[in-house]
Amino acid sequence: MALTESQIHERLAARLGDAVGPLTAARLGPFVPVKAERIAEVARFLKVAPGIELDHCDDLTAVDWPKRSVIEVVYHLFSYRYRHGLVLKVEADRKDPAVPSVQGVWKAANWLERECYDLFGVAFTGHPDLRRILLPDDWEGWPLRKDYREAGGYHGISNERENPLVELRRLDEQRRSLRPPPATPPAAPPTSSPAPPAPSGPPAPHREP
Amino acid sequence: MEKLVLRRMARTGEEMLLNFGPQHPATHGVLNFLVDTDGEVMRRAVPDVGYLHRSIEKIGELVGYPGFMPYTDRVDYVAAMFANEGYALAVERLLGLEVPPRARWLRAISCELCRIASHLISTGTMAADLGAYTPLLHAVRERETLNDLIEALCGARLTYCYHRIGGVAFDLPSGWRDRALAFLDHFDTLLVEWDRLISFNHIFVKRLAGVAVIDRGRAIDYGLVGPNLRGSGVDWDIRRDAPYGAYPAFRFDVPVGRGFRGRTGDCFDRYYLRVLEMGQSSRIVREALETLPDGPFMAKVPRKIKPEPGEAFSRVESARGEMAYYVVSDGTDKAYRVHIRTGSFMAMGIIEDLSPGLMVADLVALIASLDVVAPEIDR
Repeated sequence: MALTESQIHERLAARLGDAVGPLTAARLGPFVPVKAERIAEVARFLKVAPGIELDHCDDLTAVDWPKRSVIEVVYHLFSYRYRHGLVLKVEADRKDPAVPSVQGVWKAANWLERECYDLFGVAFTGHPDLRRILLPDDWEGWPLRKDYREAGGYHGISNERENPLVELRRLDEQRRSLRPPPATPPAAPPTSSPAPPAPSGPPAPHREP
Repeated sequence: MEKLVLRRMARTGEEMLLNFGPQHPATHGVLNFLVDTDGEVMRRAVPDVGYLHRSIEKIGELVGYPGFMPYTDRVDYVAAMFANEGYALAVERLLGLEVPPRARWLRAISCELCRIASHLISTGTMAADLGAYTPLLHAVRERETLNDLIEALCGARLTYCYHRIGGVAFDLPSGWRDRALAFLDHFDTLLVEWDRLISFNHIFVKRLAGVAVIDRGRAIDYGLVGPNLRGSGVDWDIRRDAPYGAYPAFRFDVPVGRGFRGRTGDCFDRYYLRVLEMGQSSRIVREALETLPDGPFMAKVPRKIKPEPGEAFSRVESARGEMAYYVVSDGTDKAYRVHIRTGSFMAMGIIEDLSPGLMVADLVALIASLDVVAPEIDR
C-alpha cells in the first residue's frame, strides 16, 4: 500500500529520529532534511524497511546556496513496489562539502554522485570511483556553483571568440576599399513624358533544341 | 583515463587495451569505451563520457524560463518532444498552470509520433550495428514521413521546440489528421513486415537472445528506466502508472519483457519491446486524433514568467525511459537550478559492471539494446 510522505517520515523518525529533521512542507511537495553524516544509514533503512522499500534512486543532485553557505544534496527516491516516493535533503558546508556516499545502497547513485562531484565539488566519502565524469580530468573549478568563473580557456583553447559579424564587417570594408571608385552616374533623362516600358524580366532561358 | 584503466588491469601479457570510440559507428554519437580485452572476451569496458557536454544545465540558469525551451531539444535530439514536455511540465507545476485539454492531446500526439521516430532509429541502427543494413534504410524512410508530419506541425524536423510553457506552439494544420492517419495505416502494416524483415531473423536473434542479461533487481538498482527496465520484467510505465498530460484518457498496453526469444532481460527483450511500443504509440495517436477536443491550445500565460520560490520535479516517459526535470525557482525570471536526469545516463552506468565476460561484439549489441544517445548522457 502506498504511504504518504508523512507516514514514511513517521516511521523513519521512530527509527532514526536523531538523524532526520521534521517533514518540511515546501510549496510543491514536502521533503525530509537529513544530517549529512547519517545519510547512508537513513538511505539503507528506507531501502530495506518492509512497507517502505524505496528501491529506485530516481534523482540525486545538488543545489548551491552561497547565501546560506551550503550545498544542498537532493535525493528523489521512489518505490516501484508501493508506488510512493520521498525527497531527502542534506546540507553540506560549502567550503568543504563532504557527504557519505549512498552508492552502496543504490548502484544508480554511483554515476549520479560522480556527476554531482564533477559539477559541484561535493566529495562523496566512501565512493569507490569518485572522479570527474562529464568534464576532463584536469578541469579546474566546479561549474555549477554560483560563484564559478570560467578560467578563460582550456589548454590554449579560448572560450571567447570575436563576434562573427565583426569579422564579416571587416571583410566587407576591405572589399569595398579594393573596389574601383564608381563612375559618375549618367544624367537622368528628362521626365517630361512617361518613359517607354523598359524590356522587363530576365532574358529567356536557353532551351535545348 | 587510460592510465587509470591500465593501473586496474592485472597483467598477464595477453591483454589488449582497446579504444572503442569516440569515432566508432556503433557508439551512436561520441562515446568512448576503454576496453580491456583478452582476445575477444572483455574483462571490462570502462565508459568515458562527456564528449558532448554542453553545460545545458548551466544555460538553464542563465536564460529565462521560456528561453530555455529550445535548449531542451538538444538534450536528446532523437526524441526532442519529451525533453520539451518534461521541462514544460516542471515549469507549469511551478506556476500552478492548468494546460488546456487540446494542448494536452496535441502534446500526446506529437510525443507518440516522436516515440515512433526514435524507436525506428533505435531498432534500425541496432540492426545496422549487428550487420544488417537494410532495416535501417526502411526505418529511415518511415522516419522521413514522420519528419514531414512533424515539420508540418511545428516547422522543424529534428529539434522541434513544439511545446511551450502552458501549451503547444501551433494548432494542427488543415488536412494533417488525414495525413497522419494515412501514415499510421501504412505503418501498422510495416510493423508486421518489420518482424519478418529483421526481428525474428535467425542470425539477429542469435546475436541478441540471452546476451547481456540484466535481471529485475539489478535493473532497478542501477536505475534503468523505460524499455530497458521493462525489458527486465518490471511492469512500470509513467504514462500509465504516474500519468501526466492526456495519458489517463487513452487505452494502451505496456509491453513487458518475458524472454521473447531468450531470457527475460536480455538484449532481444529490450529490442523487441521497442518494436511493440511502436505499435502501442500508433494506437495512442489514433485514439488521440479521434478524441481530440476543441478549444484553445495555449493557456493564459503571464507575459513575464516569474514563478514563486519553490521547486518542481516532473517525470515523463521518454523514448529512452523516464526523463526527470528538477527545476528550482528563487522568484526571479530565471531558474535557479535545472537538473535533467536522463535514461541514457543511467543506462551507461551499468555497462562497466555488465561487461566482464562479454565478447567485444556483444558490447555492440549491448550498447544498441540500451539505446543510449550520447547528447542525453552528457547534456
